[in-house]
Amino acid sequence: MSTGSPVSARDVALDAAVIRQDFPLLRQRVRGKPLVYLDNAATTQKPQTVIDRVVRYYAEENANVHRGVHWLSERATDAYEDARAAAGRFLNAGDSREIVFVRGTTEAINLVASTYGRAHVSRGDEVVISTLEHHSNIVPWQILCDAQGARLRVIPISDTGEIDLEAYATLLNDRTRIVSVVHVSNALGTINPVEEIVRLAHRRGIPVLVDGAQAAAHMRIDVQTLGCDFYALSGHKMFGPTGIGVLYATSALLSTMPPYQGGGDMISSVTFERTLYKPPPHRFEAGTPHIAGAVGLAAAIEYLTAIGWERAALHERELLEYASRALSQVPGLRVIGTAKKKAGILSFVLDGVHPHDVGTILDREGVAIRTGHHCCQPLMDRLGVPATARASMAIYNTHEDVDALEAALRTVWKVFG
Amino acid sequence: MSADLHALDVLYRDAILDHNKKPRNFRTLDGGRQAEGYNPLCGDRLTVFLRVHDGVIEDAAFQGFGCAIAKASASLMTESVKGKTVLEAERLFERFQNMITAPDEVSDVDLGVLSALAGVRRFPVRVKCATLPWETLRAAAAARDEIVSTE
Repeated sequence: MSTGSPVSARDVALDAAVIRQDFPLLRQRVRGKPLVYLDNAATTQKPQTVIDRVVRYYAEENANVHRGVHWLSERATDAYEDARAAAGRFLNAGDSREIVFVRGTTEAINLVASTYGRAHVSRGDEVVISTLEHHSNIVPWQILCDAQGARLRVIPISDTGEIDLEAYATLLNDRTRIVSVVHVSNALGTINPVEEIVRLAHRRGIPVLVDGAQAAAHMRIDVQTLGCDFYALSGHKMFGPTGIGVLYATSALLSTMPPYQGGGDMISSVTFERTLYKPPPHRFEAGTPHIAGAVGLAAAIEYLTAIGWERAALHERELLEYASRALSQVPGLRVIGTAKKKAGILSFVLDGVHPHDVGTILDREGVAIRTGHHCCQPLMDRLGVPATARASMAIYNTHEDVDALEAALRTVWKVFG
Repeated sequence: MSADLHALDVLYRDAILDHNKKPRNFRTLDGGRQAEGYNPLCGDRLTVFLRVHDGVIEDAAFQGFGCAIAKASASLMTESVKGKTVLEAERLFERFQNMITAPDEVSDVDLGVLSALAGVRRFPVRVKCATLPWETLRAAAAARDEIVSTE
């Protein structure tokens, strides 16, 4: 397209076919067919820049952080702390000391439940979550509530998979100690009205944790605009390595929280009588951290930032619409989760065919999707389905991927018709 | 037909699709033994009912929902164990398991209708679907009051 005037990269529509070239894994063939990877909600593939960055860390910079006096340790420490700063900028945190590196979203939530939670939740208190939650945002709170004698309250959802805000408002009371909700539902794609959820909680002085595992690869996240107190994400769901994630927490809360795990790197002095802990964020990072993971995550952030959120969002919205249209042409297919605001996730069932059978047949056609309960059993129960098939999209997915999905779904009917 | 569609044909044989659509002994049984099988990851859930007299399985039935492999396996199982002793049913399960997990194709003429599931061997992640009804039957026969899973 030529407009005759110079255009910035941000104005140019994202070409997924070009983006795709950055991801070596996607060049593979499965049983002679091109790999169609539509399981991005489970984990995303990694661009060459991320892979190279991890390799370069081990080849040139590997040393332990925060403790060596030697040159190499200084380089590793710099790389690790630079990654923290990159994560802080990515989330628009006010200060990079509000960034704690963890293994992933699951550990981030467990950290908050077992430190902030144990310090502030007592017998008779209440913790509020929603029906849309992944098990990782249910079970840590159940463990906390069981230990403290507190009560878990659950925000109901509509049949379309949207949070009932009125019911939410009535759940909040003087005993509510924390609200923990998902930003984007991994099972349905629903984008929750996080700002509104935070506003209602803050009116009563209740802190809010946002599970951003599914959101981070799909939208610009600004923790200050959202107003949340905690934000959790996983590197591997946003084109970074596995085993690394981020917990953002406001300095005000972090500074009052007791340690999570004890060990090296989180202390300033230890005697057998008494240990003094480091200030946040290091107080919450006991032991040698996943340094390579953190620098890999920083590379993923750099990659995503260079693409630009406007282009990525536009591409994803267009692809979701294209996929919704394509799937509506498949006989007997019913989309589960039809919220007005959705990320690129399509959960569906085929009349009379179990999702597991759908998954097996699609796999034979080279199409990778997820089938099952997506770690959201209470949500599946609420929606009255034992399982769904889920196609989840990313920046590198193309119309051709969606066409292959549609064709493979028609093969299901060849077998089961 | 491509090799992959052929593999699918081996898994989803006509007999399997038929038993999936019209499962046999798909009912409850009063006054006997029963156990529940549940594979939460897949969402397969079934109850196996047995009437055992003097160690002989006089009647077998099942209820529930699941994928085609689990349902067909349950249906074929109830057909094959009727009239057998509990011990014979156990041995049949062993041979069945052998067939669907063997590295190479094995032919076991004694397996009768169960041979329809031989194609599962080529889909290792689906073995748990085929064995769920059998593990549940084992629990029912032993009158073990627990939820069985093969995941």
